[in-house]
Amino acid sequence: MESVVVKNITKTYGKEKKIAVDDVSFSVNKGELFGLIGPDGAGKTSIFRVLTTLLLADRGSASIDGLDVVTDFKSIRNTIGYMPGRFSLYQDLTVEENLSFFATLFGTTIQENYDLIKDIYIQIEPFKTRRAGKLSGGMKQKLALCCALIHKPNVLFLDEPTTGVDPVSRKEFWEMLKKLKEQDITIIVSTPYMDEANLCDRIALIQEGKILSIDSPKNIIDNYPDVLFAIKADKMYPLLQALSVYPKRLASYAFGEFAHFSFQGKPNQPDLLQFLENKGIKNIEIKEAAVTIEDSFIKLLS
Amino acid sequence: MKQFLTFVKKEFLHVLRDKKTLFILFGMPIVQILIFGFALTNEVKNSNIVVVDYAKDIASQEIISKIDASRYFEITKSLAGSATLEAAFKTGEIKMAIVFPEGFNNQLLHENKAQIQVIADASDPNTATTLTNYVSSIINDYQAQLNETNPVPYQIKPEVKMLYNPQLKGAPNFVPGVMALILMLVCVMMTAISIVKEKEMGTMEILLVSPFKPIMIILSKAVPYLLLSMVNVITILLLSVFVLDLPIAGSILLLFAESTLFIITCLTLGIFISIKTDSMQTAMLISLLGMLLPTLLFSGFMFPIENMPLPLQWFSNIVPSKWYYIIVKNVMIKGLGFSYVWKETLILFGITIFLLIISLRSFKIRLA
Repeated sequence: MESVVVKNITKTYGKEKKIAVDDVSFSVNKGELFGLIGPDGAGKTSIFRVLTTLLLADRGSASIDGLDVVTDFKSIRNTIGYMPGRFSLYQDLTVEENLSFFATLFGTTIQENYDLIKDIYIQIEPFKTRRAGKLSGGMKQKLALCCALIHKPNVLFLDEPTTGVDPVSRKEFWEMLKKLKEQDITIIVSTPYMDEANLCDRIALIQEGKILSIDSPKNIIDNYPDVLFAIKADKMYPLLQALSVYPKRLASYAFGEFAHFSFQGKPNQPDLLQFLENKGIKNIEIKEAAVTIEDSFIKLLS
Repeated sequence: MKQFLTFVKKEFLHVLRDKKTLFILFGMPIVQILIFGFALTNEVKNSNIVVVDYAKDIASQEIISKIDASRYFEITKSLAGSATLEAAFKTGEIKMAIVFPEGFNNQLLHENKAQIQVIADASDPNTATTLTNYVSSIINDYQAQLNETNPVPYQIKPEVKMLYNPQLKGAPNFVPGVMALILMLVCVMMTAISIVKEKEMGTMEILLVSPFKPIMIILSKAVPYLLLSMVNVITILLLSVFVLDLPIAGSILLLFAESTLFIITCLTLGIFISIKTDSMQTAMLISLLGMLLPTLLFSGFMFPIENMPLPLQWFSNIVPSKWYYIIVKNVMIKGLGFSYVWKETLILFGITIFLLIISLRSFKIRLA
């Protein structure tokens, strides 16, 4: 069953009609964890704001559980949870005050839906009398998630929930999302981190307002057309320079401590090794690399 | 309703936890009322006065024409009797009245001395003092002129009576002004800032994506400032009664009701500004430049409106604090009842309704 349906949404800003979202269509099934993956400025937040009834699209339509985001915005505002990209709680209220404020705002109480947030809230409960502004980045996000969840929404929109959060908290946060999925809540999450894409059921890779690909992370990786190699040498920069002038090069770019490389036509490792040695590169190590979402993304962009 | 109350409670927490704002909120009226006003002086010209001439003889006519020739005075009408005087003072049409007794010239010629009664509206003590001084010097001038040709010196004595504020306390002038100023500041600026703050902090996004009605967001923002401003009104009144020895002449209830109306006017203004602006700085600047300055300049509190060029006098009519200033002066100092301020009340009410309607119409239920 489809929970969120987006059809040909286009959103422009300002008088000069700068395009933020360009003819985007996708749908999200009930209980799915759907990721919008893309760099800053790709249009993720604009898509979120159109879906959360905060902005009107220039063209196209969107619906949530069958309710239109323009005409039925009042009903939609009852049934969705939204966590904006920027920390948007009251910094001068305590953890508990924030939570009970949002609970009341949605016409419910903390007790009523405590089960839903228990796993998350239990981690910040020791600090419940602390002002929200004094919490660490990870804690703030956990509190914001609790506030977005307190009214048991059908669809949860999380706009870059892990940006600016330490790696451990990020991991915890995604574990919480998995648990929420079991409660049959549809979750749409955006992130600029490619490694988080693997944790989604399906992802949409977006760039400059356009969707490049929508599929499960596994399919996106499996559909990578080329054989990918990881190359290491004692100095990275000369290696990348040498690779960029190799005649049979299809793509080469830095990827962590390695350089990722793919051949035009059939891979020929000995020839590449010979070429690099002739260029004076030392301690060369070439091996086949596992494809990641990031590689797919780079491939789609080229 | 529960949502509304929770929201109001939240607003109170915002205010009470912001120590600096709280200090300004309650410190400002006390400081202003204690140090303001003493520095105020105002030049007086073209003041409306009334002449009651029972004598109608050569001496009285000469003095009247001298007064009329002065640029300080504008004789609006010459009344036949003193019965209508009181009413003219109450409506604020006139600032001063000069009464010549019957047989003024005869008395002067035969007894070599005569009296003129000078009655001034002292609810604005600076103006009253200045005006009576001007009149006295004009009379002295006339007296000197007579004495030049006459061996026996004539003596004309102006008998000055200060209406409403016989001791010429400075406070009556500035207490209503400071009240208008403080309420304007607290209500307009604070509400504007507190709503724009939600926009700037991004919390407006979450509030909009909730079933809570946007209009309720606005209303619950206004309630705390309504209550806090009423506390400020009480503070100012207590200070003026017990520290400045200025009793409240009229009905306290009426004064309070009128203040509440003015507070609501200011709140709607603040809400309107907040709807039209996106950052706290802009909201603050607009409140200060657009509200504070007109209050100082055009309410009649610092500079008499009568002295201004006509276009500015017309402009002063849309400044809500002008009307509130008149109301407070009439009720608090002159001790007048509602029948004397209903017109001003109606104008304030109209401004409020107008602002409320355009605010509601321009409130955005979305981000853009």
